[in-house]
Amino acid sequence: MAGRRRIAPYLMILPGGLWLTVFFAAPLVLMVSLSLQTGNLVDGFRQTFHWQNYTEGLGAYGDTFARSLWYGLLATVACMALSYPAAYWIAFRGGHRKSAYLFLLLLPYFVSFVLRTVSWKLVLTDNGPVLGPLRDHGILPQGFHVLDTGFAVVSGLTYNYLPFMVLPIYVALERIDPRLVEAAGDLYASRAQAFGRVILPLSLPGVLAGVVMTFAPVSADYVNAEVLGGPRNTMIGNVIQSEYFDNSDYPVASALSFLLMAFLLLGVFAYARALGTRGVLGAEGR
Amino acid sequence: MPRKVSGLHVYTMLLIAWLLLPVAIMVMFGFNDVHGKQNFRWEGFTLRWYARLLDKDDLTAAVVNSLTIALASTFVTTVVGTLAGLALGRYRFRGEGVAGLLLFMAICCPEIVMGASLLSMFVTLGLPRGHLTILASHVMFSIAFVAVTVRARVAGLDPAVEEAAQDLGAGPWTRFRLVTLPMIMPGVVAGALLAFVLSIDDFVITDFTGGATVTFPLWIYGSTRTGMPPQVNVMGTLIFAAGALAAALAARRTARAGRLPGSTGGQSGDSSIVPKMTEETSR
Repeated sequence: MAGRRRIAPYLMILPGGLWLTVFFAAPLVLMVSLSLQTGNLVDGFRQTFHWQNYTEGLGAYGDTFARSLWYGLLATVACMALSYPAAYWIAFRGGHRKSAYLFLLLLPYFVSFVLRTVSWKLVLTDNGPVLGPLRDHGILPQGFHVLDTGFAVVSGLTYNYLPFMVLPIYVALERIDPRLVEAAGDLYASRAQAFGRVILPLSLPGVLAGVVMTFAPVSADYVNAEVLGGPRNTMIGNVIQSEYFDNSDYPVASALSFLLMAFLLLGVFAYARALGTRGVLGAEGR
Repeated sequence: MPRKVSGLHVYTMLLIAWLLLPVAIMVMFGFNDVHGKQNFRWEGFTLRWYARLLDKDDLTAAVVNSLTIALASTFVTTVVGTLAGLALGRYRFRGEGVAGLLLFMAICCPEIVMGASLLSMFVTLGLPRGHLTILASHVMFSIAFVAVTVRARVAGLDPAVEEAAQDLGAGPWTRFRLVTLPMIMPGVVAGALLAFVLSIDDFVITDFTGGATVTFPLWIYGSTRTGMPPQVNVMGTLIFAAGALAAALAARRTARAGRLPGSTGGQSGDSSIVPKMTEETSR
């Protein structure tokens, strides 16, 4: 029995561990190796430790990289600003309808991601069902145009990735014991003080988790830029995708992918470390 | 608590309205009486597209592909992910940290990086891309979510219950079937729903690893250039309605059990993941 116990967890984790090793870890290792190779699809690739893939990639697409991170930052901040008040209201004022409100907030995300993005494009289309009538009635100027702009891309990203921010913030707020807020009031804190000194610090871990969970996927997204952005507002994902499918330049595409991953994962880990040293203000219930 | 409508209340309703606007438009344009290729001008109400739902053979094939792959992926992922989640939640063992790190990375790694690296591997190995490569990829990116969901459920269990079963003479298999599995079932079901949603909704990784095989999201993406037929809106509406209904039922059941309602919607993940992730990132 004791022997069984020791081997049991290994047997249980083996299938999943193997699957992740073969289809997640191995491809990533291969990608790093490929990013240092030269060659082409026809003659094959050779390991030459060709660092130029990185310098060329960054030289040609550095500005796209910067734009991706900028859009990612804007969309993350927009998600945060839009989510917090709603999450706060649902958590503290939702009463017995809390779950119903949360469900409504998440309802749009049962629509397929691509279809949702296409429908958002329809909302922003010049003669579409929303902007068309507004222009016809003179509410918007005739020259008003929003599709194919950076704003359209960021709005799409914000729309698509909002739950990544709403959920962790909501969970953190929901866990706060209302008696703490009452106690602050009993100790003569104004409502603003109670929020700033009690609720905000306690919900911070949720906000920070939301930032991590939103920023990485948003910066790497290429569907929104493709559907909403037009040729001048591309993101690094579009470049990687076209390097693979249009140019078959696997080494440069791999170098760009690796840079993106390194940047985002390093960001996530640095962030997690910084969080750890904060002590997270005792907000972790367990 | 005086019940007055506050500014934040109005704001929350407006936010929900904004989020639902594109969905409403999607549903509406499934009833649009269009005659051309472009479906963005309202031309009157019709039920024609519901009657002709299966007229577009390649669209139907794409939806069938999506459903088949999602079902297969859900089955494999739920079994493999549940086992991993049980092991992580129940035992202390060497290598636990590495396993945890791998799961964390698999959750945080951008999809495009996974897709691109998988494609490189399949090309290098000379594997033809198709159903099987899509399935392998979908299982890969869903395992971590299921494992984390199940682990969260296992962590909240009282080991004494299983010890009692052992004391009463239950063997390991009986113990698992009659005691452990029923106790972790909510986590397993949430994980399975999540795996299904993740698979059926995936675009990026499928785009890279699918080869010539087209799933529903890929078909929509391709049709945006030529004009999207209203059947897409109808399919989207039906899938949306089914998903929302399933989630509503699941949420009601968990609400009855007096737990926080899990959202299995979108790609956002189950709410039990979120506190888990919060803890992971704040460790």
